[in-house]
Amino acid sequence: MGTTLAEKLWQDHLVVKGEDGAPDLIYIDLHMCHEVTSPQAFEGLRLAGRDVRRKDLTIATEDHNTPTLDIDRPIADTTSRIQVDTLRSNAREFGVRIHSLGDADQGVVHVVGPQLGLTMPGMTVVCGDSHTSTHGAFGSLAFGIGTSEVEHVLATQTLPLKPFKTMAINVNGELPEGSTAKDIILAIIAKIGTGGGQGYVLEYRGEAIRKLSMEARMTICNMSIEAGARAGLIAPDATTFEYVKGRPHAPEGAEWDAAVEYWSTLKTDEDAVFDETVELNASDLEPFVTWGTNPGQGLPLSASVPNPAEIADENDRVAAERALEYMGLTAGTPLKEIAIDTVFLGSCTNGRIEDLRAAASVIQGRTKASGLRMMVVPGSARVRLQAEAEGLDRVFKEFGAEWRNAGCSMCLGMNPDQLRPQERSASTSNRNFEGRQGKGGRTHLVSPLVAAATAVRGTLSSPADLDDAVPAAVDAA
Amino acid sequence: MDKFTTHTGIGVPLRRSNVDTDQIIPAVYLKRVTKTGFDDALFAAWRGNEDFILNQDAYKAGSVLVAGPDFGTGSSREHAVWALKDYGFRVVLASRFADIFRGNSGKQGLLTGVVAPENIEQLWKLLESEPGVEITVSLEDRTVTCGSFTCEFEIDDYVRWRLMEGLDDISLTLQHEDAITAFEAKRDAWRPKTLPAKTLPPEPVEPARPVELTVGAQIPVRDN
Ligand code: SF4
Repeated sequence: MGTTLAEKLWQDHLVVKGEDGAPDLIYIDLHMCHEVTSPQAFEGLRLAGRDVRRKDLTIATEDHNTPTLDIDRPIADTTSRIQVDTLRSNAREFGVRIHSLGDADQGVVHVVGPQLGLTMPGMTVVCGDSHTSTHGAFGSLAFGIGTSEVEHVLATQTLPLKPFKTMAINVNGELPEGSTAKDIILAIIAKIGTGGGQGYVLEYRGEAIRKLSMEARMTICNMSIEAGARAGLIAPDATTFEYVKGRPHAPEGAEWDAAVEYWSTLKTDEDAVFDETVELNASDLEPFVTWGTNPGQGLPLSASVPNPAEIADENDRVAAERALEYMGLTAGTPLKEIAIDTVFLGSCTNGRIEDLRAAASVIQGRTKASGLRMMVVPGSARVRLQAEAEGLDRVFKEFGAEWRNAGCSMCLGMNPDQLRPQERSASTSNRNFEGRQGKGGRTHLVSPLVAAATAVRGTLSSPADLDDAVPAAVDAA
Repeated sequence: MDKFTTHTGIGVPLRRSNVDTDQIIPAVYLKRVTKTGFDDALFAAWRGNEDFILNQDAYKAGSVLVAGPDFGTGSSREHAVWALKDYGFRVVLASRFADIFRGNSGKQGLLTGVVAPENIEQLWKLLESEPGVEITVSLEDRTVTCGSFTCEFEIDDYVRWRLMEGLDDISLTLQHEDAITAFEAKRDAWRPKTLPAKTLPPEPVEPARPVELTVGAQIPVRDN
């Protein structure tokens, strides 16, 4: 019997096979740190008199607590400032590379790794952050870890782990115009539920996935966590190699050839058996939005807010009732009639250059709905620079959006960018939990295209709902 | 981690069940960046009450906590174990523990022993009738002794072995040092290294184009 891609990656990183129920010891190729989950890990090293074993496989950046305005001033919130300062001093003390605020490679950790070419196929990647699954888009085993595990990796560059189960998610058919990777993953989560992936590594397969760009694949793998999975991955192919090539840390010359030769072997064998298989047809996929308070509570944009009374499963029904109350929604309201206060474009799900381009192409030449606030937060400082070089910043600013500096921003209420109680957002991020974007805030998860169209109309909308002709690509150079 | 064979210290009777991690250490203390110095945070809400057991002189220096069932439920925060250890506790005895809390304790060298409910009751009576009396916990024999009373406790064999050897996860892994070094020796050359840092040269970007709105201008939020 053949093996799946996830199993191959596991085998290739096996340092010690666990006996008698003990876990396997797995080697870690890349360890990324941010300010929230690393301080106690470094402190643990210090207390035990240990060093970072492989500084050359470790990298740090600041993202969760950082403000996206006035980044040249000290961080106003004391707790945030202490966390960021602690990361800086730990990096200095242990000799770990850090990209701090103001640096071109500062930004959301999951945007920074791929942009530097540090994420590539065939690796194991960890970070004290659940959305580490993003890096699985390259055909790597990438997953989030807790603070003691962060310390463990810093000290040993390995992790004791029990093997995961494998699930194939086959997405076939052709994705219709106007639908995106975000809609695919929201539809998958709505289908299998937020616990559906528990204990599994998901492998996204099928022709619709193969046609996606790398950045779109990252959007999909990013939200594997919202389906409850530990990780998600996509077998590498020419699209992947093309994306990695020429990046600062990409291999060159003979090493590049050796790498590509190995990467080309990274696929699930024809006769491999997955523990579970899920099918999704992309050809009838509409833009998806969430109406509730977990990412599984999503529907096509043309639908209406569901009626909890019609939900058979008791738990789901109660959850739906609670969600509607929190969200301030009435059953039966067409989703397209829901008025939005704030549009947030950013995060490690949809804060990359393609996302900004897609949104800019929708809003260009159009007017923002009056009274609506739109925040555009590039995933990294480099994405911001690139967007400015392409003139996208001008498109956003002329439209009336706020053009900000890189960071997690309004993806979570940990920095100054927060929703106010009962404020309603259309957000390209990944979690719509109660209070995630600020206490009492109400979040609808959407794709960048829907976010942009919503900013024009003021209610949840897709570009197809805009009355005038679909505009051409951005022409701002 | 220090090796643990036996421990003798003042027993503290905590007659409460379902002590969750929020009560062991409230969420406000989670914002700290250290792994030590949580002794003041332990049972913070209860310690405001002067009748609370740890506010009584006889029990202040306690190191063996005897608690009611379902100790350590709730969030998985590792801080709960740090706080207990920082205060000076070496052992927690209860008739039932939350799994994650127990797992975290084992990793950090805090012994959690499962004692039958009737024996917990007996220990409580002994500790209450003679405040400040010491308890001896023998991990070797899996016994708890208080005066002339002795009972047994349960602990996972693997965790017991680790505590007795004084091995945390990292030390255990480091026993495979040779295997890790051998693995590293044969890693492919193409695998990326973060050092020396390589990064694209800063791009010559014209900072701001003439636009009406300044970056980050506050746009009023609509009220509903
Ligand atoms: S952008 Fe959001 S999901 Fe991504 S790392 Fe930051 S807080 Fe987490």
